[in-house]
Amino acid sequence: MAGSQVRQTAIVLVIAVIAMLVAPSLIDTYTLTVLIIYGMLALSLGLIWGFGGILCFGQAAFFGLGAYAYAIAAINIGESTVPFLVGIAVPFAFAFVLGAMMFYGRLSDVYLGVITLVVTLILFKFINSTAGPEYVIGKARLGGFNGIPGFQTLNVPGDPSWYIYDRSFYYFCAIALLVVYALVRWLLASPFGRIAVAIRENEQRVELMGYDVRFRKTVLFAIGGAIAGLAGTLFASWAEIVTPGMFSLSQSAEIIVWCIVGGLGTLTGPIIGAMILAYLKFLLGQQTLFDSTLLLGLILVLSVLFLPRGVVPTLALLYSRIGQGRRRPSTRATARRRMRASADV
Amino acid sequence: MPGNQGQNVDLAIVVAIQVIYSIALLVLISAGLAIVFGMMRVINLAHGEFMMVGGYATIVAVNAGVNIYIAMLIVAPLAVGILGLLIERLVIRFLYGRLVDTMLATWGLSLLLIGLVTLIFGNTTTGISPPIEGFPIGAYQVNGYNLFVIVITIVMVLAIWAVLSGTRWGLIARGTMQRSDMASALGYSPDRVYMITFFAGSALTGLAGGVLAPLVGLVPTSGTQFIAKAFITVISGGASVIAGLLSSATLFGLVSQLFTFSINPMVGEIALLVAAVILLRLLPQGITGRFFRGSM
Repeated sequence: MAGSQVRQTAIVLVIAVIAMLVAPSLIDTYTLTVLIIYGMLALSLGLIWGFGGILCFGQAAFFGLGAYAYAIAAINIGESTVPFLVGIAVPFAFAFVLGAMMFYGRLSDVYLGVITLVVTLILFKFINSTAGPEYVIGKARLGGFNGIPGFQTLNVPGDPSWYIYDRSFYYFCAIALLVVYALVRWLLASPFGRIAVAIRENEQRVELMGYDVRFRKTVLFAIGGAIAGLAGTLFASWAEIVTPGMFSLSQSAEIIVWCIVGGLGTLTGPIIGAMILAYLKFLLGQQTLFDSTLLLGLILVLSVLFLPRGVVPTLALLYSRIGQGRRRPSTRATARRRMRASADV
Repeated sequence: MPGNQGQNVDLAIVVAIQVIYSIALLVLISAGLAIVFGMMRVINLAHGEFMMVGGYATIVAVNAGVNIYIAMLIVAPLAVGILGLLIERLVIRFLYGRLVDTMLATWGLSLLLIGLVTLIFGNTTTGISPPIEGFPIGAYQVNGYNLFVIVITIVMVLAIWAVLSGTRWGLIARGTMQRSDMASALGYSPDRVYMITFFAGSALTGLAGGVLAPLVGLVPTSGTQFIAKAFITVISGGASVIAGLLSSATLFGLVSQLFTFSINPMVGEIALLVAAVILLRLLPQGITGRFFRGSM
């Protein structure tokens, strides 16, 4: 990892830790926790879409799958450590198989979008139709559109009666997000991440250099699935119920909106986009004057038209321009370097 | 027994009608999207909401005393066509050539439309009753309105084909889609052609929404149930507008009805989706990317 990147990551982490400690005095931790979970979900798509160039219309599938895997395992096992890992492993494996099917079939662009969308729909319809008592995994009934309530939420490893909840659960989620962020930064700085970005830029050229593009895309896609699954696992613990709505198209749509508004090609962009938009939706949901869907739609249209780069990259660019103006007039090359640096955030 | 045999024949007819109806339904709900995607490479994710608006336009018109056929076949297409025209001028024309951005912007539009319609009509189900009575075939009851949907779909496909291949306007439109620079050099404004094509696609979508209005209880979120199916049908069909639409709708209609009759409607729905995944895995360019190449 280059020195400047280490510094940047460190700065982001320090700011994030301060924000994590200050935020509970502004917003209640229950709401904050779900904002963080959504941030992680957005990060998963931000990684595979922004850096891998894979537009997945079904990121919600992995989110829901993680939550369901956790809930089912927790009912059967009763202690949350193994279910927690299951909740990450199942979506990882599912994304790996799905990704292998798509990338080894050389699907791209719109077709990728359709397949991921369709797979999400299949899961949604299937889970919705499992209301009958014959749909049982171990001791857990799938419950159809009612979802699965009443499973063991997150506990301190080894002691099922020592729940992690409320404020400690908030810190747990926040630290999990920071760890995932740092790991993803490290992954992107590693040769694997560099080649992933190269594939996004020019797949054919990377292939001609001798790299196995299909395998690398599959792995990146699976990692994105695992992060979304982790978000789902945490969400299950937060909501204490999992429902088919987690697989819904509107959930998938929202993840894409977060990424595009926050800024693609960055990692902090999607996270911040998710938190701001989800909080906005929460605030809008508390009043009845405006329909929240209407405003979200408006935000999406306007941001595609006027902020196609997203909020974070635009702000970073503005910031670097202001910085430039204050200092001595710099050459175009440094401006370009700053722009690139801003895209690394 | 002769009676038993007669019943079997009746059943066969009923099943055949049902299968053709489900194919027609897929064609009807996808046609507008196919025009816009096949001709302009724009994926309109607000397609379902366009249909929903068409449905509301029909119901409002009928409640205002307009004849139901005029409402479905004229008012709804016009209303949605004008809506599409507005959206094309205000949003989509800035995004031509940016496939993903148009998808996102139209997704935003779909949310916006849902919100607006909720604001105006409230989140309650409205509906009108089908104007055609059912009739019996042997021991089975057949929904007469389904036959009307089939007829409308056939007329619509024939009309699209006639316009695209038989009229000067269709020629200009196809030419512009292939080489907009050439068309522009010959004196046709691509901007205007795109605008009119989008209007036509929207109007067809409005027609579909109007025709389906008596069949579904309309709520502002009704559109979402159509968009996925329409999207899948159009993409699986591939680049050719009519051949792609017909071939993929036929395939998916057959598959879903086969599983609906042999197991249940739920499995039928899932089978349709699984078929789409397998199809796209085998034919990544859609059906007309491999077969019927160069057809319309």
